[in-house]
Amino acid sequence: MQSTAHAFKGNAARALEDRQLQEALANVPKGFVGKRAEARARLPEFDALRDQARDLKNHVLANLDLYLEEYERKVFEVGGKVHWAASAGDAREIVLSICREAGAKTVVKGKSMITEEIGLNDHLEGAGIEPIETDLGEYLIQIRGEAPSHIIAPAVHLTKEQVEADFRRLHRDLPEDRRLEEVDELVAEARSVLRDKFLAADVGITGANMLIAETGSSVIVTNEGNGDLSQTLAKVHIVVASLEKVVPTLEDACTILRILARSATGQECSTYTTFSTGPRRAGDPDGPEAYHVVLLDNGRSELLGTDFREVLRCIRCGACMNHCPVYQAVGGHAYGWVYPGPIGSVLTPSLIGVEEAGPLPNASTFCGRCEAVCPMRIPLPGLMRKWRELEFEKVPPPFAQRFALKSWAWFARHPRLYQFASGLVIPVVARMAGKKGAFNKLPFGNGWTRHRDFPAPQGRTFHQQWRNQKRRRARS
Amino acid sequence: MSPHPRDGRDAILGRVRRALGVGAEDAERRVAIQKRLYDHVRNLVPARTKGSADDLIKQFKEMLESQSAKVSEVGTADEIPELIAKELRDNNLPSRLRMGDDGFLVEIDWDRAPTLEIERGRSDGHDPVGLSHALVGVSETGTLILISGADNPTTLNFLPETHIVVVRAEDIVGPYEDVWERLRETYGERAMPRAVNMIAGPSRTGDIEQTIVMGAHGPRRVHVIVVEE
Ligand code: SF4
Repeated sequence: MQSTAHAFKGNAARALEDRQLQEALANVPKGFVGKRAEARARLPEFDALRDQARDLKNHVLANLDLYLEEYERKVFEVGGKVHWAASAGDAREIVLSICREAGAKTVVKGKSMITEEIGLNDHLEGAGIEPIETDLGEYLIQIRGEAPSHIIAPAVHLTKEQVEADFRRLHRDLPEDRRLEEVDELVAEARSVLRDKFLAADVGITGANMLIAETGSSVIVTNEGNGDLSQTLAKVHIVVASLEKVVPTLEDACTILRILARSATGQECSTYTTFSTGPRRAGDPDGPEAYHVVLLDNGRSELLGTDFREVLRCIRCGACMNHCPVYQAVGGHAYGWVYPGPIGSVLTPSLIGVEEAGPLPNASTFCGRCEAVCPMRIPLPGLMRKWRELEFEKVPPPFAQRFALKSWAWFARHPRLYQFASGLVIPVVARMAGKKGAFNKLPFGNGWTRHRDFPAPQGRTFHQQWRNQKRRRARS
Repeated sequence: MSPHPRDGRDAILGRVRRALGVGAEDAERRVAIQKRLYDHVRNLVPARTKGSADDLIKQFKEMLESQSAKVSEVGTADEIPELIAKELRDNNLPSRLRMGDDGFLVEIDWDRAPTLEIERGRSDGHDPVGLSHALVGVSETGTLILISGADNPTTLNFLPETHIVVVRAEDIVGPYEDVWERLRETYGERAMPRAVNMIAGPSRTGDIEQTIVMGAHGPRRVHVIVVEE
């Protein structure tokens, strides 16, 4: 996916003017926010579980090498294969070669942010293999050629009228006079169109919400059942997951499950949680004949050694964006890359570089709601601030000052955000203005194009790059 | 199959270790990790999972109903055929269902509902009704635990529009953790059946304007039958 993160402000300004988008975005606080609060209230242990989940994931990250080895060994023991992918490009190639070996013509996909991150669909299409997104939201954006605008509700930016128009445009073999006004009619049509795709597909690709070191299982959590159909019906199941998804035991998985759905949709639990362990066994009437796991690094091992390690605790629940006033106002596309909202503001600079994603850590009012709701207690505003400091140190002050003033003016012009922003940006401006330096070059201007080919801090952490650059500047 | 699988693996693990500042031969860490993997220590388990058998059954039922499943209770397994036949009639569904080789289901006296046509084996996507036997019911979230295999083919959980699931009252437990305990008894340490499906109601989606609709891809209706004895 080509990033437009550098153009956040322009993207956001357009989003604020987009009436249809604004109408669709109004659904975010109505649904997710209230339901999460109710789910939390129903479970007195909720916050204590968050503490445990944080500690659990910190333990995993501190021993990530050993848990990954254990996980790999168990997958191998049950007849599965683990493929290690250092970069997005490696992961794409691995998936493609498995698909080719299976003689695949079509691939059905469960919802997976990681496959968005690595730009898998374009790659498969380029090789003559048709990827079909089967999560309803993912299907809706795939047929529009768009990127997801939310990590658990990818089509939250669309209205049902838009969906109807797309279905009428695309599903040409269905009667023209059919009714498609109501949401249930649209869902029924998608169901029947996609059912045939499930039955015909050669390969099923899913992500994983967790990988279990104890048993070598991959876990997916869905409400639609599409991930299960993807991984049960096809001959070959490929799981694409990033390194930090591993947890030690089945007991640990319970802790994460108890906070995941409640934080995401406010459900007690998602409708389907599936633990898959290897391919079909002797006597099994169904299930895939081959089971592959592609473990993606793509910059995460580097992050592990930096202050941004904490972001690797993320379980992709979406709560931070649901509660974010900036996200609520501008939606996910404005963030310009795969991960929107507060998590995107921290993760995107880590994965594709702060040169491209510099504006994102500034796309915040620092109201602190994201941290308050994050089930993994990731200090998102603090990490955004850290990126800003790094960016600021890198960017000479006069520009930084202008930039901050412009940010402030931008927020001030948009009253929905201003109330959160005022009082937070001003101290930053003052601090920036107090520093001295020379104006060298415009930042964010680098011609980043295909970012998935430039995985995160290559070989050096951002701190090192930054120090080096400072040294270079000092010399010149 | 992957371009340089060993390279990828060793390079990635090497980077992880460098970032963590640890070595590969770290005996102390290895011992601690092994202990954790075999000890099955439970983390915090919500208090709602504790209660009498009746409390748990009640919770299981209420949770499932709040998640749009239908729940019926029967005294004995022999009441199941007539219950299912009536249910299918009431919903204008064909009296045809498919199930696997599950011993408990096979033992039922299906002749009690002669109109029911019963097929066996996996689903190919054209069955209106699937019937399964859940190994366990988890009360804390009203969740059914289904295990893959010839007894209860996984395809029956997802392809038919109506899924009927039988669970014995004595198999209803409080927390998820009890499921792992039972599976370890059957499958051994650090082992799992191919698929463990946790199911908590009918398939649903909220992807269009956050309006919840049942039957996104999986069953539109889930009917749970709790058998007392
Ligand atoms: S950062 Fe926290 S709130 Fe945001 S998606 Fe990740 S886990 Fe959820």
